[in-house]
Amino acid sequence: MSLLDYFRTSKTSSASLAKERLQILVAYERSSGNQPSYLPELQKELLAVIQRYVNVNKDAMTINLEQTDNRETLELNIVLPDAHRL
Amino acid sequence: MARIIVVTSGKGGVGKTTTSAAISMGLAKKGHKTVVIDFDVGLRNLDLIMGCERRVVYDIINVINGEAALNQALIRDKNCNLLSILPASQTRNKDALTQDGVEKILEELSKEFKYIVCDSPAGIETGAHLAMYFADDAFVVTNPEVSSVRDSDRMLGILASKSRRAERGEEPIKEYLLLSRYSPERVKSGEMLSLNDVQEILSLHLLGVIPESKSVLTSSNAGTPVILDEKSDAGQAYADIVARYLGENKPQRFIEDKTGFFRKLFGGR
Repeated sequence: MSLLDYFRTSKTSSASLAKERLQILVAYERSSGNQPSYLPELQKELLAVIQRYVNVNKDAMTINLEQTDNRETLELNIVLPDAHRL
Repeated sequence: MARIIVVTSGKGGVGKTTTSAAISMGLAKKGHKTVVIDFDVGLRNLDLIMGCERRVVYDIINVINGEAALNQALIRDKNCNLLSILPASQTRNKDALTQDGVEKILEELSKEFKYIVCDSPAGIETGAHLAMYFADDAFVVTNPEVSSVRDSDRMLGILASKSRRAERGEEPIKEYLLLSRYSPERVKSGEMLSLNDVQEILSLHLLGVIPESKSVLTSSNAGTPVILDEKSDAGQAYADIVARYLGENKPQRFIEDKTGFFRKLFGGR
């Protein structure tokens, strides 16, 4: 860094941006890395079944497998539209 | 019994082969009989970094296929007679490297050598898998750069779940961080992830920081492990790393910006 650089306004450093992006990504990959490979397929099929009855879009559903020491929980979260039945 | 060290990273080009060459030479120079194995079948380069490329006759695949005895394939290093090199083959058939074959070779080498250093190829294919599968210790070489840190984290997950120790439920592989191509100056100006940033994400035991150094290229040009360039900062960093691994207490170096006041003032590099 030269004397001239010193007087330039310092933007948010790119290193802190890198760190922030990495922390989010690594946390996500650690939690999803252990999930069974059938999960995306399961989500797709479940969504297809639900869509036969309710008009939900694919972003309205999240699926998550939590693992604790002695228990696995499959969490399914579907946001239903107000009153738009098929 | 020998101690098996894998030098790994996931990402390519971060300094695995440079590190494998340096630490195996360092261990041998400290008086320990050491062998370094190139697992990069099809793209061998350890021989070139160690300067023994013209002495390769047989390779690891020849040994696995029974076409050569292990002792015929081992190359004695020209600088240190306690160090041997087992080169990879240039065959394009990667299936030639088998788990049984590697296990037999490691068993045989364990009888004769104190340390076995496995230079892993990049990626997570067969060669990388077999390089880490039998390991006791893992040297995770990481650059202060987003893709390298991410891949190192993936590699840590693989070490923890796919190794022999993990499958047998034994004590897990000991994992160490080697942060290479580090530039304290760029860290200070906020352009590069700091040691603390990387540690916060990977939370590994730090074995050492290797600074970005011209001597790495000049040493590889000449085919001598950089640790033999005792005047260079990278050479000294690797010597410290070997000493720390062997239990010596060496304070960390090459973390602080040592650029002089006038150089800073006028922006010289």
